[in-house]
Amino acid sequence: MNEFFEFFSFADANVRYVTLGSVLLAGSSAVVGCFTLLRKRALVGDAVAHAVLPGVCLAFILSGTKNPFILLLGAFITGWISLLTIDFITSRSRIKEDTAIGLVLSVFFGIGILLLTAIQHSGNAAQSGLDKFLFGKAASLVGEDLIAFSLVAVLLLVATLLFYKELTLLCFDQAYAKTIGYPVRALELLLTTLTVFAVVVGIQAVGVVLMAAMLITPAAAARFWTDRLSLMLVLAALIGAFSGVAGAYVSYTAPAMPTGPWIVLIVSMIAILSFAFAPGKGWVSRLLRQRRNKTLILEENLLKLLYQLGEQRQGTLAPHTFQEILERRAIPKKQAAAGLRKLKNQGYLMKTPEGWLLTGQGQRRGERVVRLHRLWELYLTQYLHLASDHVHEDAETIEHIITPELEQKLMEELGFPVLDPHSARIP
Amino acid sequence: MNAFWIILTGSLVATCCSLLGCYLILRRMAMVGDAISHAVLPGIVIAFLFTGSRESVPMLIGAGLLGVLTTFLIEFFHRYARVQADAAIGVTFTWLFAIGIILISVFAGQVDLDQDCVLYGEIAYVPLDLWITEGGLSLGPRTVWTLAVVTMLIILFIILGYKELFLTTFDPAYAAAIGISTTVWYYSLMTAVSITTVASFESVGAILVVALLVAPPATAYLLTDNFKHMLLLSVLAGILASAAGYYLAVWIDGSIAGAIATVTGMEFMLAFLFSPTRGILVKRKQLQPVQH
Repeated sequence: MNEFFEFFSFADANVRYVTLGSVLLAGSSAVVGCFTLLRKRALVGDAVAHAVLPGVCLAFILSGTKNPFILLLGAFITGWISLLTIDFITSRSRIKEDTAIGLVLSVFFGIGILLLTAIQHSGNAAQSGLDKFLFGKAASLVGEDLIAFSLVAVLLLVATLLFYKELTLLCFDQAYAKTIGYPVRALELLLTTLTVFAVVVGIQAVGVVLMAAMLITPAAAARFWTDRLSLMLVLAALIGAFSGVAGAYVSYTAPAMPTGPWIVLIVSMIAILSFAFAPGKGWVSRLLRQRRNKTLILEENLLKLLYQLGEQRQGTLAPHTFQEILERRAIPKKQAAAGLRKLKNQGYLMKTPEGWLLTGQGQRRGERVVRLHRLWELYLTQYLHLASDHVHEDAETIEHIITPELEQKLMEELGFPVLDPHSARIP
Repeated sequence: MNAFWIILTGSLVATCCSLLGCYLILRRMAMVGDAISHAVLPGIVIAFLFTGSRESVPMLIGAGLLGVLTTFLIEFFHRYARVQADAAIGVTFTWLFAIGIILISVFAGQVDLDQDCVLYGEIAYVPLDLWITEGGLSLGPRTVWTLAVVTMLIILFIILGYKELFLTTFDPAYAAAIGISTTVWYYSLMTAVSITTVASFESVGAILVVALLVAPPATAYLLTDNFKHMLLLSVLAGILASAAGYYLAVWIDGSIAGAIATVTGMEFMLAFLFSPTRGILVKRKQLQPVQH
């Protein structure tokens, strides 16, 4: 606990730098990542991350210094070229985008490794530390890096805010953006540039391989919580920033722990939990929804069935045995029994010694399902001219979905009919 | 002699990767190959912790399992949680790779592995680790033997499963209709990719595996429309790149894996520009209007 307070008092200058640096990096790349994710180009971030290495090495070879701004410039140039190469290959040959990404990623990185090792073998003492670009160095951030990070982070955020509307349109409806005269090509280049910026600085924190996560993962997690882009951007930035702080904290309490991988691990756990449990879109909530629908359909089918059985006996309310119900419709025995019990508890059914009996309420609900079924059959035969023996299956599905408003509309449209295509009475 | 062993190692890796890569790029799964080659890292570390050595078999098993788990997770996130496909790949492999690095840091004293070895290996050390029998007979580098066995297995896999792999790649619906399980062949292919990755990671590193999985098949894809020719051409391109890469590396005194990757890129560029049927320079000539 002591460590906790020590860390969050930010008294230690190093803690301040590492934490702030991680937050700025993770937050700003998450915002840019939202746009690349929505454009379905999430993995190009991975390619750019690998492609900055040859740029760093070339910048070092040409300039002979390790000035961070010159190295970043080199990184920026090859990162940018890599994205243009991907676009060029996919547009000018039959190579698909995923292949082009993999190709550019590995070849650029290979060239980078070749140059890096050549520099290392050349005996130039100034080169030590160049390989930090490969694996990140969040834990050893110093004031100078922080200034560079803050500049880039602010730049990214300002650019996103300034071009918010244009970028949104680019992501969601490129054709429309073109029609109303937006410079789509220039906007694409802008987004490319922002992506490269985010990647080039982000690598300093987490390294080449994990950089893809800083772009994609917070955005993918945020996507599960909202459908509004503005909210998604804020959420992604928060998730990124939180992981930044948490990663810095872990490596503070356990100094042997690398900051970058911990940031990625934490942000990934948040994403995976979101995939599973986010309300509405998550896996669990979709499973629950499916289950609810299934029970609803089973119950309505049982009520409909009992109503139809009663119809055969000229509408007299007589109880029906479990056996009779099963014979009429192939419902698994266990499910049928559970459904009947549940309907009884809800007050739609009564259990008498002779069998199951609809209550008044159950009678009305069963009647409605039968009505919807027959109305729909009639609608299909009259308006779509389907043969009357082809309409049952469709009605079987739609009878559970039609709303009271639609029901009213159907009644009016069909002129309050009395008989369905099979000459059964519409109740 | 060293040159021979290094080029042989490179060629063996190139053969496995190029063959499997043809299927990957045609299935639009090049990035899944990339993901697997990174995500096997925790499998390697865990196998290492259990056995305490770089024994090949437990590592192959550990990584094979992880590779299948990776593809399974990608499928799961995409199909059941409806994460968009590229994001599912990106989230999964970075997550597993991060776990791998953290495991390495936690067990730093017990695991003789580091990140750069995983990423770009060191093929130059291959000839140093010789397999010497008890009689004192040197049978050549250990890695070459492992890779030779894996290459044999991959070639066998492709010959025996040729029809099934071909059909599930080009026409999954038809394959399913005549009773070929697309799932079984999908996971078999992914297991093969994982095993290849692990067998080669120590000598050539993950990044060269990705380069060889993608670049030679992409080169071959631009040169031919016949799938069998594509397989052969990509193996050829891969082996050529290994040999040329070695000499390039010697010439500028750099990483051999990096040089091989560079050469595969050059090969692709040549095919992209000058392929007789699809090269962009060649095509442009054909499209010019006839002068009267």
